[in-house]
Amino acid sequence: MLKVADVHVYRGRTHVLKGVSLEVGRGDIVALIGANGAGKTTLLRTLSGLLRPRQGAIRFQPRADGPEVDLTRLAAEDIVGLGISHCPEGRGVFARLSVRENLLIGAYRRRDRGGIEEDYRRVRAIFPILEERAGQAAGSLSGGEQEMLAIGRALMSRPALLILDEPSLGLGPMVVARLFDVLAEINRQGVTLLLVEQNAVAALNLARRGYVLETGRMVLAGPSAELLEDPNVRRAYLGGAA
Amino acid sequence: MTADYIAQQIVNGLILGSMYALVAIGFSMIYGIVRLINFAHGDIVMIGAFVTLGLLQSLGAPLPVVAVGVLLSGAGMGIAVERAAFRPMRGAPQVTGFIASLAVSIMLQNLGILTLTAQPRNFAFPDYLQALIHVGAVGFRVIDVVIMLSAVLLMGLLLLLVHRTRLGMAMRATAENLDVARLMGIPINRTIRAAFAVGSGLAAIAGLMWGGKFGQIDPLLGYVPGLKSFVAAVIGGVGSIPGAILGGYVLGLAEVLFVGLLPPIYSAFRDAFVFAALILILLALPNGILGKAAEDRA
Repeated sequence: MLKVADVHVYRGRTHVLKGVSLEVGRGDIVALIGANGAGKTTLLRTLSGLLRPRQGAIRFQPRADGPEVDLTRLAAEDIVGLGISHCPEGRGVFARLSVRENLLIGAYRRRDRGGIEEDYRRVRAIFPILEERAGQAAGSLSGGEQEMLAIGRALMSRPALLILDEPSLGLGPMVVARLFDVLAEINRQGVTLLLVEQNAVAALNLARRGYVLETGRMVLAGPSAELLEDPNVRRAYLGGAA
Repeated sequence: MTADYIAQQIVNGLILGSMYALVAIGFSMIYGIVRLINFAHGDIVMIGAFVTLGLLQSLGAPLPVVAVGVLLSGAGMGIAVERAAFRPMRGAPQVTGFIASLAVSIMLQNLGILTLTAQPRNFAFPDYLQALIHVGAVGFRVIDVVIMLSAVLLMGLLLLLVHRTRLGMAMRATAENLDVARLMGIPINRTIRAAFAVGSGLAAIAGLMWGGKFGQIDPLLGYVPGLKSFVAAVIGGVGSIPGAILGGYVLGLAEVLFVGLLPPIYSAFRDAFVFAALILILLALPNGILGKAAEDRA
């Protein structure tokens, strides 16, 4: 569904991604782990069009029976229309807009009123708290609620691929557990997930496959069960004894 | 000093405040969405005044038609300035945009002098607009009432646009976080263009009012109201539309009352007073009356 091949990205003069490749299959859950500054967020921002690669290819196939599209030439505002929804680091909810407006903005590119209404109901069913808070300013929600809102908003574009950047950041363990349950449920409903996480154990437990990014290069890739057993991964990211 | 005199000064302050508020709204909208302090904004007031003069006196069009023409030409000017001067600077440091806006301002002023000459022109509205009305001892002209009511009407329409429409929602989202707005699929170039168009249209209408109020216009007339409206936007809390409206009226009233209530020898200091008021308010409320915590666009 998504094929990233040999992508190089610069920020200013800094060579952040040095030939990164990655594949996400339809229906899959893929975790991307790595230390701070490895380039994880840069990779996600490149996929969604906020940054442009200097070199390399990013090909996306919106529908299983449809053609592939080259994303490297498209603007961010058009990529979301193809079915890639990027839930950014730090949530990025619009604090002064109401919860309801935040959700409607997620469907900004869509014109199918019936479909939007249906997805709005679906999102409220997944996150009942958003229904209760519909009229409140998004900035008044707790961190966990804002994360739910950010994910709900991302679902409102009816994505085929949902990209999540550190959804568990700053949340307590109970909320994180609930969040990962919800992500599994969203995946069961047919949405492919690409997940960047500091919380490597939770991410690899949820995902089927994983990638490890280190200073701009992919150093490991494989089924997440194998990565969980890999001594190098355990030492570097799983906090401790092999 | 009688109650009537004070009432008269308050009315004068509200008229001046209406104009400041209309210009300040554009400052705030443009700052809110692209973090640009647009010093060319005052010169749109001048353009609005000259378009009014042209439509009214050369073509003899009726006032509502003139107003629509002025609104549209101001909006068109705002779009042109954004496209030519500011879009190429997108993503550059704030100072770059600020200097570009000074350049645009100087260009518009000198273009005005070149094509229209620096000679002030008399600006006469039809007689029915000049007629005096008396309410008790307070006197004003029909045009004053038109200024105040149409300013309130335009502000009401603006708030509806910003809070009740899809475009307004996109503007508010873009103002909060440009990158996330793009991730949501909001076409930010179109949204930014719309903010310039609306803000500049309102400034041009303020130019119509300015001419009608003071009766004389010249190519440099936008400078002082532009600067003072910027002060009004800052007092209200730059980036906030209700703040800009409030700041405009506060400044208009304060300025007129300062001149009207103190002995006449102080009236030459009215502009100094405006900036002293700005400094005092910012010392007490660094983000303005309705402003949120300051932030930079990363």
